[in-house]
Amino acid sequence: MRPLESVNDFVIKFANVNGTGSASANNLFAKALFRMGLPVSPKNIFPSNIQGLPTWYEVRVSEKGYLGRRGGVDIILSVNPQSMAQDIQELEPGGYFIYDNTKPLDLRLIRNDVTIIGLPLTRICNEQYEDPRQRQLFKNVIYVGALAALLDMDFKVLTNLVADQFKGKEKLVLPNIHALELGHQYARSNFDCPIGIRVETVDKVGDKILLDGNTALGLGAIYGGATVAAWYPITPSTSVVDAFEKYARRVRIDPGTGQRNYAILQAEDELAAIGMVIGASWNGARAFTATSGPGVSLMSEFLGLAYFAEIPTVLFDVQRAGPSTGMPTRTQQADILSTAYASHGDTKQVLLFPSTPRECFDFGAMAFDLAERLQTPIILMTDLDLGMNDNMSEPLAWDDERKYDRGKVLNAEDLDRVEKFGRYLDVDGDAICYRTYPGAHPLKGAYFTRGSSRDELAVYTEKGEEYELNMLRLMRKWETIKEYVPEPEVFPCGRATDIAVLYFGTSEESSREAVDYLADEDGIYLDAMRVRAFPFNQAVKDFIDQHDKVFVIEQNRDAQLRTLLMAEFELGPDKLKSVLCFDGTPISARNIRKQILLQMPGHNVTPLRRETAASRAGESA
Amino acid sequence: MSYQIPKFRHPELPVNELGYTKADYEGSISTLCAGCGHDSISGAIVRACHELSLEPHKIAKLSGIGCSSKTPTYFLGKSHGFNSVHGRMPSVATGAAMANRDLLYLGISGDGDTASIGLGQFAHVIRRNLNMVYIVMNNGCYGLTKGQDSATADEGSASKKGDPNPFSAIDLCGMALQMGATFVGRSFSGDKEQLVPLIKAAMTHRGFALLDVVSPCVTFNNNPGSTKSYQFVREHAEATGTVDFVPMQSEITASYKPGSTYEITMHDGSSIHLHKVSDSLDPFDRCSAMVALEEHRHSGSILTGLIYMDKNAPDLHEVLQTSRRPLNQLGEGDLCPGNKMLENINASLR
Repeated sequence: MRPLESVNDFVIKFANVNGTGSASANNLFAKALFRMGLPVSPKNIFPSNIQGLPTWYEVRVSEKGYLGRRGGVDIILSVNPQSMAQDIQELEPGGYFIYDNTKPLDLRLIRNDVTIIGLPLTRICNEQYEDPRQRQLFKNVIYVGALAALLDMDFKVLTNLVADQFKGKEKLVLPNIHALELGHQYARSNFDCPIGIRVETVDKVGDKILLDGNTALGLGAIYGGATVAAWYPITPSTSVVDAFEKYARRVRIDPGTGQRNYAILQAEDELAAIGMVIGASWNGARAFTATSGPGVSLMSEFLGLAYFAEIPTVLFDVQRAGPSTGMPTRTQQADILSTAYASHGDTKQVLLFPSTPRECFDFGAMAFDLAERLQTPIILMTDLDLGMNDNMSEPLAWDDERKYDRGKVLNAEDLDRVEKFGRYLDVDGDAICYRTYPGAHPLKGAYFTRGSSRDELAVYTEKGEEYELNMLRLMRKWETIKEYVPEPEVFPCGRATDIAVLYFGTSEESSREAVDYLADEDGIYLDAMRVRAFPFNQAVKDFIDQHDKVFVIEQNRDAQLRTLLMAEFELGPDKLKSVLCFDGTPISARNIRKQILLQMPGHNVTPLRRETAASRAGESA
Repeated sequence: MSYQIPKFRHPELPVNELGYTKADYEGSISTLCAGCGHDSISGAIVRACHELSLEPHKIAKLSGIGCSSKTPTYFLGKSHGFNSVHGRMPSVATGAAMANRDLLYLGISGDGDTASIGLGQFAHVIRRNLNMVYIVMNNGCYGLTKGQDSATADEGSASKKGDPNPFSAIDLCGMALQMGATFVGRSFSGDKEQLVPLIKAAMTHRGFALLDVVSPCVTFNNNPGSTKSYQFVREHAEATGTVDFVPMQSEITASYKPGSTYEITMHDGSSIHLHKVSDSLDPFDRCSAMVALEEHRHSGSILTGLIYMDKNAPDLHEVLQTSRRPLNQLGEGDLCPGNKMLENINASLR
């Protein structure tokens, strides 16, 4: 087997032990490639554990700019004996297996179709360092140095990056650079560098940034004017509020008085968290909470209240693999149905589907405008992959002329002017009514907010016709909402075709790549649409109508978006086909391509043997 | 049975400092059973707000679900109200209070709403010392679902259905003390002379004020054998003392026996006069308050009056150091850092 050869195009996977400081070294590696002008896509695959369990870090490098998971691994950097047997199996034929050879490799693990490279990492550390913690930490930095030689990375970029990362802690710069050099020298003097896979400096990233979606969401909340954040800790959403707090401390504290223009409340549970958001929003502050699937389940009673009583509510759902506790540190898009129709009774909730950190920021800020304009919960649906991994993204930007849209609110002067105030009177015909904040006027505008049925003047009623009128107005409001939520993005393939793919959120990059493969290598041409919101706009319906067959790509078992499309558009089961991934890892381009091929007439090849875990991990289509 | 409130008012109804009569603090007509203790508490709230000369629109009423939680429609018709979700009023009140620190937050709950489904939120809102008045209309049973025992029903107490309650009762005052409440009082819906000044004191207190008000359910829990009936409570209530609320700047005319009267100056300058009856209770000492509660429970009597207060504990806004200006009044200029900062952030991410 010939060793793999490529320039600026490979997948490397680091196999580490959780809690050993590997994340920052691996991040250093990815960021250095990014600074060499290469599109990178690092993905942390970590356990629900603080210390000791296996953890992986996969970095995709693609000069062409493909940022999704490709599928398959070309290089393994293995420093965890616990997962070594599994890791070496995952390697593509011709790939490179780099491991710590202080202890010899178990002969049973050796594969003849891969190149095995041993680095005596533990030995070097034991010789160089006395302190056990340093031995552990620098082991990671040493292998990054070795990789720099093996892959022909620009060593200067690495050392500059170290200097940047430890700005303010200069004492740490030299020891880290020394460790990088140890690895670099060892690799150069013991192996033919570079190996078949290597990198070259290019300029393919422009002004892009490397950022995780949760930080972008926290910043979106800052820029969107959120003043109250109420939350309960849950992976993978915790870092949203962490980021909000970090920047709030920076920009929302009066330097003179120390007074804070924000309040963060760590609630006793998710029920209280969303209750606080609803209370604050009812009272005229912009408020949000962030959670994940289990939190959404707990919040759903309150979401019904906010829908029915029409209270602006912003909820960020960073999805993870369910049901129940599921796989708390793995990604999925599996809360679509539980959010879209959250709560008992007839309810419909507005969902936003960002797919990049830039969109997390934009939609995060926009969610507050939408919530106040539409007076209903806005649920922003991201996931662990987007939320917790560094994603290459357009830089963040804000128009300084932009004003918040505070929606239909009557203040004291307005109340003096209007003849009659009714909280649920549809004055403008768009089914969105005027509200007042408590305390607005001494005599006018007070009303009773309730989750029970009421008439247009907010007075309790059990009259069926009044109830029906209100429910029908909420349906008309649903139509209004379609004009406000982001339109889908359409990517025509440039030829006449009657088949298409439709996807949302983090399936975007892999889907676009799969569409390219299918066109270039299989002669199958697909139009593509990325849905960005629920309710679905008319453009979504038109796109589906224009094609005979639409593959709906999503990361859950039950094809939840497909179900939603079928329910909302009253489609039969034949039109929409499913492409699914729900093993907890981000969907890969090869996986999508394979699933589409299997569903194409004439390409309908029956696999010779049943898929096994190992072959699926390899994902060779 | 009346179904509307008569519009006629005595032409010389007394007005308060704001020029409002008591009628300006009333709400819609009650739909509770005739004789319900809750209506008396609503009446006491109206009187307290009128006498305190509170601006009705500066009060926000919040409640959960149940008979008690319906009452906010029956008083303070010019105030905003929020009848939220069962047991979750404390969280809604917390968010509301964070948004605007300038309003008075009046939470109304019941024993089911507070001691069962809402026990967690009740505990946590106390821990945070949210600046609010929390009134529990406590009748020991679920009225709207026809009289099941609640978690505050005393062990052995029998409701109309006749079966003695086999479980021990949750004492909300005791729990509040343990959770760090800074104002704890208990009263009886049938004793307005005690209840009105207590409500006024609670409304003036800065921080979390609990009033556990025993309020008999005339339909399901007012029978012999019940420890929450009018008769039982009248016979077994033991007041800690009496409370007078003295508004700011008013002349103190009454004279009190030395050694038995405390004068407590509140944060707004008004004061409370507490005439102590019981020697066993020092209402400024949490331990003493807990012992007194437990002793009365043991002896089968109901301790009423002001049980504990600490007027110096920082409330949630002070702990969080939130801005003096209410958060809901801040605009883009105060909140949005602008594009320049984003450019710096972008640069740090390359």
